[in-house]
Amino acid sequence: MLVLGIESSCDETGLALYDTDRGLLAHALHSQVAMHEDYGGVVPELASRDHIRRLIPLLEAVLTEATCTRKDIDAIAYTAGPGLAGALLVGASFAEGLAGALGVLTLPIHHLEGHLLSPLLAAERPKFPFIALLVSGGHTQLMRVNAIGDYELLGESLDDAAGEAFDKTAKLLGLGYPGGPALARLAEQGQAGRITLPRPMLHSGDLSFSFSGLKTAVLTAVRNGLGAGTQAADLAAEFQEAVTDVLAAKALAACKANGMRQLVVAGGVGANRRLREKLDAAFSHFRGRVFYPELALCTDNGAMIAFCGAQRLLAGDAPVVGTGTFAIRPRWPLADLARPVLTA
Amino acid sequence: MKLLAFETSTRWISVALWCDGACLERREELPNSGSEHLLPWAHALLAEAGVALTQLDGLAFGAGPGGFTGLRLACGVTQGLAWGLDKPVVPVSTLAALALNAGDGDIWTVLDARMNEVYSGVYRVAGDTVSELSPPVCVPPGQIAVSPAPTCGGDGFISYAEALPRSSFIPDLWPTAAAVARLAAPALARGEGLHAAAAQPLYVRDKVALTTAERLARGGVR
Ligand SMILES: Nc1ncnc2c1ncn2[C@@H]1O[C@H](COP(=O)(O)OP(=O)(O)OP(=O)(O)O)[C@@H](O)[C@H]1O
Repeated sequence: MLVLGIESSCDETGLALYDTDRGLLAHALHSQVAMHEDYGGVVPELASRDHIRRLIPLLEAVLTEATCTRKDIDAIAYTAGPGLAGALLVGASFAEGLAGALGVLTLPIHHLEGHLLSPLLAAERPKFPFIALLVSGGHTQLMRVNAIGDYELLGESLDDAAGEAFDKTAKLLGLGYPGGPALARLAEQGQAGRITLPRPMLHSGDLSFSFSGLKTAVLTAVRNGLGAGTQAADLAAEFQEAVTDVLAAKALAACKANGMRQLVVAGGVGANRRLREKLDAAFSHFRGRVFYPELALCTDNGAMIAFCGAQRLLAGDAPVVGTGTFAIRPRWPLADLARPVLTA
Repeated sequence: MKLLAFETSTRWISVALWCDGACLERREELPNSGSEHLLPWAHALLAEAGVALTQLDGLAFGAGPGGFTGLRLACGVTQGLAWGLDKPVVPVSTLAALALNAGDGDIWTVLDARMNEVYSGVYRVAGDTVSELSPPVCVPPGQIAVSPAPTCGGDGFISYAEALPRSSFIPDLWPTAAAVARLAAPALARGEGLHAAAAQPLYVRDKVALTTAERLARGGVR
């Protein structure tokens, strides 16, 4: 079965073809980062306008790459939420129209489920159950993943997401958008510990996070004149150290508390080199193992949506060919996702 | 000539099936998006007429101006159907469709664009053809006047009644999928249909955000 995946929840248009027998056949992505850069962040209306220009060219590109035609598509998976309403609606409308034309079924996918399952696209993959650390621009969550569709939230950020903290801090230091990668680059030139920042909630005894205080601490440091030159690099390094210390410690604690040795890391912050170093070190010491999605699949992409749709299809979660009724869910708690229902 | 048309630029959501001059339409006032209804209505109209999707010669949609989200709902569904069926698309001006619904004569069409602005255009209707006398613009209602004042139509005249004195106003005029289909059919017959990817909304309001530099220039913060 060939599943087309469509992702358009934020500022990336991603399309992919995943075959349940042959695996990922093709994926293509258009990032709007350069377009939003001048605005200092994602402008939802501009994001939506761009998605609707990109869908068909990207779709044609993946079909060509996979040497398939429209007639080969058996199902269409698309991100139905959470995300920017206007952006989600573009992908959903196109997917549903296309499915109507091709007479195939649609699978509305939860964006975070896509991220959670993306490490399963790698050659070496974890086995259920495992712990997932989801660290992106909008989310910081630790989840227990028991099976497809069976996710238990263990802890999350009480305020800013880790990626958001990176982005806001980068802005305070006058770095571009998106700030995460820029801040990480600046941190390479600095040294952590010369300036000290708190490790919020490190010893809170639970699996919650909080990053907004850290951002305020950076703001204070910048106001005290530490936001320029080599001190800016030291500040960046210390900030990165603080965030990754907390993420690594809580991820390890989550595994221990659940008697698990496999950790999956998903979301854009999962690309952070320092975070990977710390997790790898902590888990090798603990004789556990950390799984990361391929770098290209860390941020938003269509492959994870196609894959997620395929898994739901294989698990028997295939609705009969739809009536074409659809709705997006800009706010959609992951815990609301049911396990696939086996249909007779 | 058989074509399917979608119109979701205002809170009146509609789908129409044009079959060789006859037109079936479903229309409802739905303030919160018509995504639940658009495709089911299309399927129902096709079934009623005994037409298969593959028998369509093309598709059409109300391209704008109008609510951005609505424009993309109709455009996205149309693009998906058209690309999947490999059929051409005719984007139709929503103001021209509204004008057609007024009948023969000159008409000044104004739709509420929110944020104290309106979409405005002037059209001449003669039978099934609509010609543009003044193209759609997005402006504050106080900044436009048309003289001599022709017949008026569109919700802009209600929202901004004080700023827009109207002479002969036709109430309850909206762009409809049936009007979109009527305008699209001859265009499609003339071979003016576009490839699905080229069928895009016509936003008219193009400045939707300020860049960081523009915000700073206006005394804003980063
Ligand atoms: N090397 C890095 N170090 C730190 N942060 C990074 C790095 N690379 C990317 N990021 C951050 O990752 C985030 C983007 O990740 P992703 O695309 O997964 O999230 P999103 O789409 O913004 O949010 P969500 O998926 O929760 O809606 C941004 O906040 C970005 O700054």
